[in-house]
Amino acid sequence: MREGVIELTDITKVYHTGDVDLRALDGVSLHVESGEFVAIMGSSGSGKSTMMNIIGCLDRPTQGTYILAGQNVSGMSRGELARIRNHVLGFVFQQFNLLSRTTALENVELPLEYGRVGGRARKQRATAALARVGLANRMHHHPNQLSGGQQQRVAIARAIVNEPKVILADEPTGALDSRTSVDVMAIFQGLWRAGITVVLVTHEAEVAAYASRVVHMKDGLILSDKTQEPKLAAPEGAMA
Amino acid sequence: MNPFNTLRVALRAILRNKLRAFLTTLGIVIGVGAVIAMMAIGAGAKAQVEQAFAAMGTNILIILPGSTSSGGVKGGYGSMPTLTWDDLAAIRTEVGTVKQAAPSLRSSMPVVSEDQNWTTGVTGTSPEYFDIRNWPIALGSPFSQADVDGGTKVIVLGQTVVDKIYGPSANPVGQMVRVGSTPFTIIGVTAKKGQSATGQDYDDAAFIPFTTFAHKVQGGLGKFLQGQIMVEAMSSDSTSRAQQDITALLRDRHHVAPGEDDDFSIRNLSEIADARQQGTQTMTLLLASVAAVSLLVGGIGIMNIMLVSVTERTREIGIRMAVGAEPHHILTQFLIEALSLSIAGGFIGVAFGVGTATWLAQRFHWPVLIQPDVIAVSVGFSGLVGIVFGIYPARKASQLDPIDALRFE
Repeated sequence: MREGVIELTDITKVYHTGDVDLRALDGVSLHVESGEFVAIMGSSGSGKSTMMNIIGCLDRPTQGTYILAGQNVSGMSRGELARIRNHVLGFVFQQFNLLSRTTALENVELPLEYGRVGGRARKQRATAALARVGLANRMHHHPNQLSGGQQQRVAIARAIVNEPKVILADEPTGALDSRTSVDVMAIFQGLWRAGITVVLVTHEAEVAAYASRVVHMKDGLILSDKTQEPKLAAPEGAMA
Repeated sequence: MNPFNTLRVALRAILRNKLRAFLTTLGIVIGVGAVIAMMAIGAGAKAQVEQAFAAMGTNILIILPGSTSSGGVKGGYGSMPTLTWDDLAAIRTEVGTVKQAAPSLRSSMPVVSEDQNWTTGVTGTSPEYFDIRNWPIALGSPFSQADVDGGTKVIVLGQTVVDKIYGPSANPVGQMVRVGSTPFTIIGVTAKKGQSATGQDYDDAAFIPFTTFAHKVQGGLGKFLQGQIMVEAMSSDSTSRAQQDITALLRDRHHVAPGEDDDFSIRNLSEIADARQQGTQTMTLLLASVAAVSLLVGGIGIMNIMLVSVTERTREIGIRMAVGAEPHHILTQFLIEALSLSIAGGFIGVAFGVGTATWLAQRFHWPVLIQPDVIAVSVGFSGLVGIVFGIYPARKASQLDPIDALRFE
């Protein structure tokens, strides 16, 4: 039995807006083991984004415990959570979220800068990460010189450069066409097969099909949680 | 993130929009530049005033005879002789705070050589005069007490008079000139003193023994001293004492009743110098305050731009936080940006101020003194402005919620 890397127990998140309290998450528990590829599905308002934010240590639960890679992060300060995000997690967003007017290489180096990695090691590791997603020849391009798919690949390189335990992807193919989406999902599957835990949020069943486990959410609760045989993403052309 | 890296990131962010960076620092540049230039001009003026008064002679009092009062209308000082030669002797011997005193009898007269002439102020005085006035003799020698006693016809010329009559590098010692109808032998030339604080040429002068002056110009040596008395006090501290002592002495000698005005007047040059100094100092302080206000405005400009910058880069801050930037990383980044802007403005301002002061010095011949400590303080101050006005936007940035920041359009 592989150890649990994400251990959410009885997580509640309440937003106080004026007189109305919004229960985005209502006592949710989730156990993810190291090496799983989990897709969290749900429509808008299901709580899937809130779940993602809490798993990603960007938000703190109102109630409940969250143990990430053996550490209880529920009561950590903003600074401590930032360090956890730097070492344990990697993020991929729907809107890519790269720094503009900055090269791909420098974008990938960003987590290493905050992780206090020296100049030469930074460059080496960032270059290796870009090579892993097949963009070694685009290192010095700016985001506005790259296609959507290429930008997302830079974002993935940035997510893996610090060798995280978990990659969190929030609708990673939302801004891409279907062909590019498949290429990107192929990269995620490649990372998963190499041993990284992947947690992906999506509202599209076609995207969730690439995962090994699908969790359905509605109204702040988990509806269903099933493992499945992942669909293989077959990219066109060679990939590193 | 190490400090060098933070600085690199900050400079990158600033240089991304050069025009905005330039306009932001403009307030600081002008403020610092103005402070530097104005302080330089003020210091130069102050030094010039000091120099000018030192050139006049230090610790000096000038005693002038009284004013006349005829039918209720007062004539100016000097219109009636009230000082006597005995007064002069008394001042010399009876006032302890007086170091030395000399008479000064003056008239504007032509000095004529064989082929040239020049009208100048001729002063009849005693040998102490040159010492009192801190005035060395460049060529020849001054007249002596013997010359005074004997009323000899010897004359000491100022450099300008020599230039006009004999030419700039001439040595006229031993030659003869005529003053009025009397021939004089030139025995000395005073060293060049230049212009006074009021624009008067010190070197356009000539000096003869006062006895000779009295006999040949004033029709004889009478009881009254028809001129002024120059007094040198023992020290700068005792100058006011000396003024009081001489006033008491002369009132007593002239039998001036208590409550009556003095029948003479004493001018204390160091008081005049101080007053001038005060004036310049007040001016400098005023101008520096105006410049300081401009620095304040520059700081507000920086805060404004930093706030805009934080808002514009909300998404970027969210990304940085998501990949591991702690609040203090973000705070430091933006604070260093503000600091870089303000210090850069400070250095440019210094260059601008020094340049302006130097240009003014060359173009208008104003005296200008560039002070390194003012420069250091100004740069330090601009750094302080950067920190004070940058801390609020930097804090705002560091306290952003990463989720909201990432969603920001």
